[in-house]
Amino acid sequence: MSSKPKVAFFDFAGCEGDQLQIINLEEKLLDVLSQVEIVSFREAMKEHSDKYDIAFVEGSITRKSDEERLKKIRSQAKVLVALGSCATIGGINSLKNAWPSLEEVKKRVYGDKAHYFETYPSRGIDRVVKVDHYIHGCPIHREEFLRVFKALIMGVKPYLPDYPVCVECKRKGNICVFEKGQFCLGPVTRAGCDSRCVSAGSHCWGCRGLIDDPNVNAEKEVLAKYGLTVDDILSRFRIYDDYRYEEIKE
Amino acid sequence: MSEKTKIIDIRHVTRVEGHGNIKVNLRDGKIEECCWEIVEAPRFFEAMVVGRKWYELHHITSRICGICSIAHQFASLKATEAALGVEISAQTEKLRKILLDAENLQSHSLHIGYLALPDLLGVGSVIPLASSHKNELMTVIRIHRTANEICEIIGGRTTHPMRCVVGGFCALPTEDKLRVIKEKLLRAMDDLRVLAELFKQLLPQFPNFTRETEYIGLTNKSEYALYDGDIGSTDTGVTDVENYLQVTNEYVVPQSTAKYTKNARQSYMVGALARFNLNCAQLLPQANETADLLELKAICTNPYLNSIAQLVECVQSVENSLNLIDDLLKAGMKEEMVYEESAPVKLRASRGIGAVEAPRGILFHDYQYDSSGKCVKANLIIPTNQNHANIQEDMEALVPQIMNRSQKEIELSLEMLVRAYDPCISCSTHYLRVKFTSPE
Repeated sequence: MSSKPKVAFFDFAGCEGDQLQIINLEEKLLDVLSQVEIVSFREAMKEHSDKYDIAFVEGSITRKSDEERLKKIRSQAKVLVALGSCATIGGINSLKNAWPSLEEVKKRVYGDKAHYFETYPSRGIDRVVKVDHYIHGCPIHREEFLRVFKALIMGVKPYLPDYPVCVECKRKGNICVFEKGQFCLGPVTRAGCDSRCVSAGSHCWGCRGLIDDPNVNAEKEVLAKYGLTVDDILSRFRIYDDYRYEEIKE
Repeated sequence: MSEKTKIIDIRHVTRVEGHGNIKVNLRDGKIEECCWEIVEAPRFFEAMVVGRKWYELHHITSRICGICSIAHQFASLKATEAALGVEISAQTEKLRKILLDAENLQSHSLHIGYLALPDLLGVGSVIPLASSHKNELMTVIRIHRTANEICEIIGGRTTHPMRCVVGGFCALPTEDKLRVIKEKLLRAMDDLRVLAELFKQLLPQFPNFTRETEYIGLTNKSEYALYDGDIGSTDTGVTDVENYLQVTNEYVVPQSTAKYTKNARQSYMVGALARFNLNCAQLLPQANETADLLELKAICTNPYLNSIAQLVECVQSVENSLNLIDDLLKAGMKEEMVYEESAPVKLRASRGIGAVEAPRGILFHDYQYDSSGKCVKANLIIPTNQNHANIQEDMEALVPQIMNRSQKEIELSLEMLVRAYDPCISCSTHYLRVKFTSPE
């Protein structure tokens, strides 16, 4: 028992939909449990221990006071994995960053009681601590979690694609969303989801964030061909990736 | 520390979704403090959606909650459709109802089986059940998996489905897929019967605590309401959804990043027990039999029995979905697809309100759009928020009744109380913590 890796789950601001995907492994969850010792998983269990090897962290950092808890997790974990878009890139929470001032955001929601509450621009956890591995997506893909999980318990570096969703989408034989007169972030978004939204009949919303070195010129050609502008795409991208949008803008 | 001093400080109550604390301080037989605190980081969704387009709002607000993303999408879509004059087809409404039933089944089975059952069997989590109660756990897992598979087949994904759009669906299940769902639901009904028998044996484990309060939920003349209806209250009767603000009356308290609500009394309760108390006469036959088996009768004022009401609703949702699938198959599936921006909207400065029953209770989305279809104002009222004040009132009534018990027993009773509400704190954006603190 003691030789199994100790695994802990933590969450910051988010919908806990990524931890839910782990519960949604259903019967396979029992296989996962047989390989490791879960020492903390607040959403599913009461027991808690601060001794762990692998920490999975969900949610974005949205207030200064959360940094200390995250830094403590980092200091105790041998391996830290960011789980889901909020943790990997800031995610949907960073939509609030688009407001001219966060004071206005607080007032909009809490009125004259705004001063009770603390907030700052939402960001991925790697803006606060070093992150070893990323499992992108909103929500994460259960199969990708299993793939990373297996690699980690075997001591192998998990593979993270650095090509756009279009590659997977073409491999699937989907009709291009642009050809259907719709908008898509597939050309610049990191693959690894098996183009699930396009394959399900929707389009790519960019939840896995930008690839490291997006082919900007090719994207501009696609946009020009379909009568769209860079602003169109940036506006869409801000839904998940506003924190980096602000960094790129600067 | 005197024997009569008990300080309870349960930070980040476990097996609930989101962060909340319970604080209780008892000294010489008196309650010095008894408080339910919500410490979740606020996320400001009502500001996040401002400036976004009408076809993006359901996608964004889905992310309020991983467990009830479908309910959020539907409240959102209904609000936008009301504002922009979009009618949906009978087929779309039926498919949405099946999805909402599936989410209810997913969320309730998760709560009953993974979060509440360990308390009833005296263990700390679902993990030991894998060895001590393998058959029971496998039954729960099968039900939960079925619910998720239905969401995936119709919605495209279990959590945050991508096929629901303003005006309908951007992709549809085939009739064959509907037949697959039907088979799965029939098996789930068998599993639910086994689970109901287990819970019947566990009924003596539920604390015997009652407190009269107001129960609020959607109510609909034609069916047990989940997708649509007017606002029903056990105190004040029926109110139109348009007048929801008269019922919810939100207010801000310092100990909570969640807003509180009240109507006729200091607090009210929403969720499965509230719906059962309001609408149990409309339960379908097998759900009604399950309620009889589990001795659940309206008006039930024991909040711990919310889990039992959830189990009754699991049967209701499976039964209802089976009926809806038969209707769809009889009519034949029509190839009516809507791509988001192609929905027949009438862009205009307008306001729309959408209300649905999420697994945890009545949920409101209220949007205002400008003439270009951008959201200028949003108000979201989340089920768990509406329960906060009622949890506080329950704690204040419960603690004097149990204060002579051991600290451990008091802690467990309070945690079980909070869990019975199945709070979804990150959902409430604006909520969980039990605190026994030891003075020197």
